[in-house]
Amino acid sequence: MGTENPHEATAAYVLDALAEPERAAFEAHLETCPDCAREVREFAATAALLGAAAAVEPPPALRGAVLRRIRELPAGAEPEPGAARGAGPETEPAPEPEPGPARHRAPRHRAWSRWALAACLAVAAGLGGVAAWQYQRADTARQQARAAEAREAALAGVLSAPDARLASGRIPDGGTGTVVLSRERDGAVFVPSGMAAPPAGRVYQLWFAGPGGMRPAGLMDPARPGAPALLAGPVGGATGVGVTVEPEGGSAAPTTAPLVLLVLPGARTA
Amino acid sequence: MNDMTRARADEDLAAALGRVAGGDEAAFVSVYEAVSPAVLGVTSAVLRDRAQAEEVTQEVFVEVWRTAGRYRRERGGVRTWVLTMAHRRAVDRVRSAQASADRERRAARLEAALPEFDEVTEAALEHEERARVRRCLAGLTDLQRQSVVLAYYRGRTCREVSESLSVPLGTVKTRLRDGLLRLRDCLGVSG
Repeated sequence: MGTENPHEATAAYVLDALAEPERAAFEAHLETCPDCAREVREFAATAALLGAAAAVEPPPALRGAVLRRIRELPAGAEPEPGAARGAGPETEPAPEPEPGPARHRAPRHRAWSRWALAACLAVAAGLGGVAAWQYQRADTARQQARAAEAREAALAGVLSAPDARLASGRIPDGGTGTVVLSRERDGAVFVPSGMAAPPAGRVYQLWFAGPGGMRPAGLMDPARPGAPALLAGPVGGATGVGVTVEPEGGSAAPTTAPLVLLVLPGARTA
Repeated sequence: MNDMTRARADEDLAAALGRVAGGDEAAFVSVYEAVSPAVLGVTSAVLRDRAQAEEVTQEVFVEVWRTAGRYRRERGGVRTWVLTMAHRRAVDRVRSAQASADRERRAARLEAALPEFDEVTEAALEHEERARVRRCLAGLTDLQRQSVVLAYYRGRTCREVSESLSVPLGTVKTRLRDGLLRLRDCLGVSG
């Protein structure tokens, strides 16, 4: 063992399989070995894919618990540590000190949660342009008719629902589609990203897919191709959401194969 | 997710993490949504106890919140950064629990059958990336695959892996490296 090449330990190091003091010795070697450092970076990215392959759906309560904890702490303020990985356990914040008067906390929560999911979508769907979308919303909101406002409110309600879940999929012709589902509100929103405009004289139509086939769920506004669209009607027993290209005015049943078909989060598939 | 959308999502996550460093909760939620399924998956596999895995997941995201400013894009993606943290914390917890357990129990654990990928991650969500990892793992030799599975998904040390597989310690390190090199190429990871 003493004669082996220290480079050989890169994988064991990345997989946290080296015990002390070997781990510390390898970290010291790493400082002086750019090839090892590159390999460690690549292996760490490889290991992360192994981790992603083990992904499980976290319970919704876990997110709430994490958010309660971070509100007790300042963000990103942690100074660079003296040693890369300190000896001994780090000080953890107390489990849940004292929730504090709920009434004071509620408005703050509401203020951000409305946009929290919008920000998620930016990441999930690769939008990267949520600010522009928000701006557009603010700008056009005043001119909107009552019905449109009610739809917007329902849309925002779904996006900010505590039980909202996301599912994303790539559109073969380009772009990404994300569906946000709230079972509590029995509503779903489709968020396109980088999706091409429909061919002239055609529209994108939304569908709920279920055991009984495809149920029409409204048309996407051709004037606002990148805008999120609330699916018309209740989610009910639907297990998926699809998008098809249809003649203007839409169809009673899909006349083309779906561009994208997203399985709703939590749907029981056979 | 293909390589291009993966790269794009990485860019978006890095931007979000930059905002987390400034105290942006909405950005934090987006990072949480994107990475928490994998974090919980890894911690569940290593700890084999859902309640403990959820605790460690909380600790990981508290650490993300506190140390977002330390993240450096050039050192790797956000997913990698967070999952490295998650694996390390889960492994630390397993080993500190192990230190207090008696040697007999440890020996019994080591004698258990060698788990395969689908056993160590059985409750996982089925998706394209999972299928790809399964395929790539199947392309390894038995020794490479078992070493990687035991070390990563079970949090075993090289010494424990060498005892489980009855091979010399040096061989385990070599097989781990050969295995990760092949996985790196098969999964299309670039530096």
